[in-house]
Amino acid sequence: MAASPSVRRAGRVRRFWDRNGPGYLFVAPSLLFFGVFIFVPLGWSFLLSFQEFGFRGSTWVGLDNYLGLLGDPIFRQAAINTVIYSVFTVAVWVLVAMVLATLIHPLPPRLRTFFRAAYYLPAVTSAVFIALVWKWILNANPWGLANHVLSLFGAGPLGFISDPSPFAGANVALWSVILSSVLTIPAVGVVLYSAALAGIPQELYEAAETEGAGAWAKFRHITVPLLKPITLYVAIIYTIAAFEVFDRVYVMTGGGPGYATNTIVYLIWRTGFRFGDYGVASAQAFLLFAVIATISVLQFRALRSDVEY
Amino acid sequence: MAVRDPLTDPAIEPRPAAGVPLLPEAVPAPAGTGGTGSGRRQSPRQRLASLAVLVPVAIIGLFPFYWMVTTALTPKAAAIRVPPTLFPLDATLDNLTSLFAQAPVLLWAFNSLLIATAIMVGHVILDSMAGYAFARKRFPGKALFFTLIVGSLMIPVHVTLVPRFILITNLGLNDHLLGVIAPSIADVFGIFLMRQFMQSLPTELEEAARVDGANEWQVFWRIVMPLSRPAVATVGIFSFVGAWNAFLWPLIVLSDRNLLTLPVGVALLQQEFSSNIGLQMAGAIVGAVPMILLFLLFQRHFLEGVRVGALKG
Repeated sequence: MAASPSVRRAGRVRRFWDRNGPGYLFVAPSLLFFGVFIFVPLGWSFLLSFQEFGFRGSTWVGLDNYLGLLGDPIFRQAAINTVIYSVFTVAVWVLVAMVLATLIHPLPPRLRTFFRAAYYLPAVTSAVFIALVWKWILNANPWGLANHVLSLFGAGPLGFISDPSPFAGANVALWSVILSSVLTIPAVGVVLYSAALAGIPQELYEAAETEGAGAWAKFRHITVPLLKPITLYVAIIYTIAAFEVFDRVYVMTGGGPGYATNTIVYLIWRTGFRFGDYGVASAQAFLLFAVIATISVLQFRALRSDVEY
Repeated sequence: MAVRDPLTDPAIEPRPAAGVPLLPEAVPAPAGTGGTGSGRRQSPRQRLASLAVLVPVAIIGLFPFYWMVTTALTPKAAAIRVPPTLFPLDATLDNLTSLFAQAPVLLWAFNSLLIATAIMVGHVILDSMAGYAFARKRFPGKALFFTLIVGSLMIPVHVTLVPRFILITNLGLNDHLLGVIAPSIADVFGIFLMRQFMQSLPTELEEAARVDGANEWQVFWRIVMPLSRPAVATVGIFSFVGAWNAFLWPLIVLSDRNLLTLPVGVALLQQEFSSNIGLQMAGAIVGAVPMILLFLLFQRHFLEGVRVGALKG
């Protein structure tokens, strides 16, 4: 009287599907998307990074692409440029975001809204358009706005983005690109810090005030420590963004003059899509991946705290 | 400006439940609980000191727009005068008219609009479906799938560029608008946000609909989606702006001059018309203004989206 095993199995499948089918159907399109456009390419790219592409197709070259990059002065300069760019922009962005949010926070709602909007506005437009203006401001000619400002102080004219001569550990062109980034308001950071500040209990500040703490003491001993978790988050997203800088470099300098402002992602784009060297471009991308992952972990460890309030 | 503060305005819809995991645990969502946080007493002197910093910073941040407009309105010859023209007294629209005459700007705008709209619709539908499954359904593998999707954020897009490009080329979508759209049709941010929001919705309406004989799709589409309007709006706007501003991938896929998006087209203007800065600035205006208008219209959704998970950097 027992049903045959196949019928029983069919019944189980049926019951499984009745219970779980809708869930699977609802996630299926997204899963398919992530599989096809992220996870498959990830593995594929890893394989590509061990191959060399020539006119006759690809050949396996083992670790040659990676070893070649480690000895390649162009890659080394791109890596150094990226690190210098990232260290300075992230440090300034995090600091500026924290200070601006702290200054905005006590204002009346109307003013707060105004400043948050004003600071966020440049962030809604493509970096391409803003970078185009910065390229125009920082051009080497005497009619460039930056040089005009310098001339008011009797200085200049400087070459800015077209001057590859060494300056302060890097070169003038790279510092000019960094300057343009630093003068861009870290809008996302301001919004995130603002949200975090709204969560700090008012009593802490009041208690500090009764003990005679001034504005700086309150900032230093209450705001900064309590914002540590959000600082970690902001620092990580900005570090990733800075390491992946592309639009700004593409528009302002095209990596030049020479390789003065070449960065990793710009190099990946050039290697892969200007020169069609898929293997080396993939190896470059994986090195970038490794560095970003390492830095994220290190930052997480360094800034991790168990502050609760 | 008739903008509302998303963090304090009680009129704004309920937001996703607190404790958004992408944000550190210790940062509570600033719910609209009376004590708006602005209650801190500030002497007029302190306020003045704050404004003495905030106002100049705002001016610096917005200055590129001023300079963009000024240069675009300055006659070609005057743009390279020493000293530079700080106010466009002899303003002219010549740069804009010659831009429209010499570059297919309207076509670029149309391409951008088409791509951004398609990606936005894709995100709203696919992200909501996945978010719904993760919020409401129970099925083996759910936790794994969610971890994989959120974990994919760790992967820099640059690692996948080359295989993606080969894939798109093999599909015959190279130099095709679909080649830009397809690899962006779903995203983590939207899935995450929709899941958060849907988890905070009460389940009674869904159960009632099921009792009334609604099928799974009807429950999702007729009940859950309308209730999720605020989150859908945030996902939609963020997706639209992100797609409109995207640069690297469209630059790789598109090469036909008539198929470019605005950022790619405007970036190429500087190579094509390298000596005509006014025309370049006019291009930048055409590219930037639509997003500025969108921002002024939907400001609270932007700031809300950033707060929930600033994945767009």
